[in-house]
Amino acid sequence: MNRRHFLIAAATAAAIFAHAPTVKADALADITKRGTINIAVPQDFPPFGSVGTDMKPVGYDVDMAALIASKLGVKLELVPVTSANRIPYLQTNKVDLVISSLGKNPDREKVIDFSTAYAPFFNGVFAPADLAVAKAEDLKGLTVGVTRGAVEDLELTKIAPEGTDIKRYEDNNGTISAFLSGQVKAIATGNVVAAAIIARKPPKRPEIKFLIKNSPCFVGLNKNEPALLEKLNAIIADAKKSGELNAIAQKWLGSDLPADI
Amino acid sequence: MGYHFEFGWIAEYWPVLLKGVGITLQLIAIGALFGVALGGACAWVRALGPAWLRPVVATYVEMIRNTPFLIQLFFVFFGLPSLGVQMSELQAANLAMIINLGAYSCEIIRAGIQATPKGQFEAGASLGMSRFQTFWYVVLIPSLQRIWPALSSQIVIVMLGSAAVSQIAAEDLTFAANFIQSRNFRAFEAYAVSTAIYLLLAILLRQVLRGVGFTLFPRRAAR
Repeated sequence: MNRRHFLIAAATAAAIFAHAPTVKADALADITKRGTINIAVPQDFPPFGSVGTDMKPVGYDVDMAALIASKLGVKLELVPVTSANRIPYLQTNKVDLVISSLGKNPDREKVIDFSTAYAPFFNGVFAPADLAVAKAEDLKGLTVGVTRGAVEDLELTKIAPEGTDIKRYEDNNGTISAFLSGQVKAIATGNVVAAAIIARKPPKRPEIKFLIKNSPCFVGLNKNEPALLEKLNAIIADAKKSGELNAIAQKWLGSDLPADI
Repeated sequence: MGYHFEFGWIAEYWPVLLKGVGITLQLIAIGALFGVALGGACAWVRALGPAWLRPVVATYVEMIRNTPFLIQLFFVFFGLPSLGVQMSELQAANLAMIINLGAYSCEIIRAGIQATPKGQFEAGASLGMSRFQTFWYVVLIPSLQRIWPALSSQIVIVMLGSAAVSQIAAEDLTFAANFIQSRNFRAFEAYAVSTAIYLLLAILLRQVLRGVGFTLFPRRAAR
């Protein structure tokens, strides 16, 4: 490569890179102009996203996507993703937003932006309303069911006081059955599992007693999109105020939105 | 092979293993004692008992022998509470093992009873023994002696099958192995150690049962 060719190549490369940010000046304007919004949703993670009996995606995240599309006044295009490829889909602009039970952590914050929280995702100790438990110390003398090896198991083993009878089951189904059949009074599990129990309409509904780990879900979007971010946060705030978001939570999780959302 | 074996965890987890061994031994002790007693009673019914009771016992034996132990266990632990019968995981495990061994040992003992020549019943009767005495001394004890090796094997099988009770959170040896494995992710080592312990327990149990056989049937031993 002689010097002239090199300069041309360098200039071309510079032009491409310099131009790149201006291609996607404003995602919000692009979406409005296009008239459709592409949103990544899960299809293997009920109740957030799964395939319904009519083969269409359904779930908390799907309803949330529909809500955002309707507030923006655009057509919704759902893109099924897995938890491994949801962020790459966003980074390569295959989707405009990721609504896929996405939690926030410092590593992710380096590469994408997050809206305010739109869905609760936590694990903790659940028990019927008539059981007086407010903190780990209150578990003394109680039998608590948990799925062996899960995060809740490891955490509960650390925080439970001496005299707590922890029963470890092989999988979530064992834990659910133990609670439903009354073999354990309380369970330590995720709010999604508790929702699955509530969906079976048990005589004793599991209610959250205290949190072990809280990691709510956020809408993911590309960095440097202040207009889109502002609009998203406004939509979420409005939906909270109007009760629309609470209705989605009731529909899929069987409980009201917690105070921190 | 780049796997680096690591058994240092035994120092930290041996109480868990020991507790597991204790529970497994307790389960098989209670299970074998009551299971064989139940089996003996059922064998008497099937071979010599009242006609109206025989189909009941036959149904029980066929139901248990033709369904998986795990399902019987789940039925007792997760199913019965719907009928208001609540029991702890250890009680449920004991009950399931007794019911299971009861059905199998019924058939083994029945085989022994039915192999008793008819002349021995008549001999007992002609000596003025009651029906029960004849059954106990002339029929049951000699037939138990005949089928003792088969019965011992069945008890060992039930002991090994008790691994299933970890599924209802009873903290037996298998539970201990699973527990350790889910904490330190040393699956190979955890299961290698528990396999060795099960092997040891099975050999020990066989020896104990042999000893019981010698004590119960001294005449045979003297021969």
